[in-house]
Amino acid sequence: MRTITVVGASLAGLYAARELRAQGYDGRLVIIGAEPHPPYDRPPLSKDFLTGKADEDQLALSDAEETDELAAEWLLGVRARALDARGRTVLLEDGRTVASDGVVIATGACARRLPGPSLAGVHTLRTLCDARALRADLAAWPQRVVVIGGGFIGAETASSCVALGHDVTVVEAAPLPLLPQLGADMAAVCAGLHARGGAELVTGTGVAALHGDATVRAVELADGRMLPADVVVVGIGATPNTGWLAGSTLALDDGVLCDDGCVTALPHVVAVGDVARVGAARAEHWTSATEQPRVAVRNLLAGHTAETVRPLPYFWSDQYGSRIQFAGRRRADDTVRLVEGSPEEGSFLAAYEREGHTTAVLAVDRPRPFTRMRRGLLAAVPVAA
Amino acid sequence: MIPVCRLEDLPAGESVRVDTTPPIAVFNADGEIYAIDDTCSHQDASLSEGWLEGCLVECPLHAASFDLRTGRPTCLPARRAVRTHRVSVDDGTIHVHLVAEEGSAA
Ligand SMILES: Cc1cc2nc3c(=O)[nH]c(=O)nc-3n(C[C@H](O)[C@H](O)[C@H](O)COP(=O)(O)OP(=O)(O)OC[C@H]3O[C@@H](n4cnc5c(N)ncnc54)[C@H](O)[C@@H]3O)c2cc1C
Ligand code: FES
Repeated sequence: MRTITVVGASLAGLYAARELRAQGYDGRLVIIGAEPHPPYDRPPLSKDFLTGKADEDQLALSDAEETDELAAEWLLGVRARALDARGRTVLLEDGRTVASDGVVIATGACARRLPGPSLAGVHTLRTLCDARALRADLAAWPQRVVVIGGGFIGAETASSCVALGHDVTVVEAAPLPLLPQLGADMAAVCAGLHARGGAELVTGTGVAALHGDATVRAVELADGRMLPADVVVVGIGATPNTGWLAGSTLALDDGVLCDDGCVTALPHVVAVGDVARVGAARAEHWTSATEQPRVAVRNLLAGHTAETVRPLPYFWSDQYGSRIQFAGRRRADDTVRLVEGSPEEGSFLAAYEREGHTTAVLAVDRPRPFTRMRRGLLAAVPVAA
Repeated sequence: MIPVCRLEDLPAGESVRVDTTPPIAVFNADGEIYAIDDTCSHQDASLSEGWLEGCLVECPLHAASFDLRTGRPTCLPARRAVRTHRVSVDDGTIHVHLVAEEGSAA
């Protein structure tokens, strides 16, 4: 291969570029990124960056020395607009084209928005630009902040806003936040973190409308209640960035469909990170975005699926001073057993079990035994050659 | 020189955190005692809570691995070394000799 193009210049794209060089690819390497910034880390955006504990330079995923070593052509601030049917040419929105022998798709996901006109004071939190704008709006306090969506990003944002001294309400349409991920018992425990941390949690009712003239003034709930708001953060999930691939021959269905080795229907096109549906599942986790590139690049360079990823989802979340860690795949009928500690103490380890096997593990401030159990789960994941 | 604990209270494969500023992590790696800065050089995790295998400790948050002998990371996402500290055992008690803040092992 003489030219490999990585589309998406964030976590998964950078790790793919590193793997290409580490695995001996010495041809032309082009990295295309829609954002003007060099690769940065997103998890701190809702945590230390929002509270001002970390600054922009601490978000950087790479330094000048490493960037030199990668010897890549960076095309930043320009979006890929299409991939030709054979997967050999990447078309950019400014009219340029990049002829490629191999393509790594790493375009991630973007924050889902609420329908309706845009109002000042309403934010999503996915990019550095989003986080800068939100940080600026939170600079004056106290503000009445309404966070729509009680998932991990919503909860972390709420926690950071409380830490900054704002008055925070979290609105969750489901009876409990994180219900599908954690199951009723543990979702209730995590919901309790809001109250303990000092945020109000409103569940079981969706949002009907946002009110305001140019700037948001209130959130109207489906049950008719009005929540006054100066700042609204919409944390209702993310959609994979596959729009630019319409018209290619790749199969798209909530992500780019890949086999277990991150390889698409075209053997010289692989997909990694939030945009990739690997095997049957799409993960929006930092660790998947850093682990998949090694396997994807190996298969890309081999020209076929020589290796598959070991899919054991893992994520962490920091809220109200607690660190939550979760690994594995919980199914709806799993039972949950407290292994160590207790929710009342504020620190515990819980195992999800089915037919005598552990399927997933959840910890709040118990990193050591969590790691042990996570490794046990990993060892139990079958490796396909 | 800071006393940590009795040698017999830190069996092989175990680690302990010393609440100095910054905190230190002390490990018994198959009989060899090592001390490094406890806070991972990547983000905010305690290396004393990590996974110890031989002379390597894996961070419990994003799995960067550090060599206890040098403090250097052996894989991403960490790219900076953590400081190492000298350890001695006197009368059965483990002591850490802190290196000065400037004398970084990085
Ligand atoms: C606020 C926040 C907090 C998070 N916290 C955690 C956490 O605590 N734990 C955890 O496990 N995970 C967390 N995550 C998730 C984690 O950050 C993602 O899983 C990870 O960033 C995915 O990396 P990626 O490279 O696949 O996608 P992304 O990071 O989304 O990057 C995709 C890149 O591709 C670019 N792009 C898109 N379309 C195009 C195009 N057509 N042409 C060129 N470029 C394009 C985008 O601009 C973007 O820069 C968090 C995410 C956010 C937003
Ligand atoms: S905090 Fe240790 S690897 Fe990230």
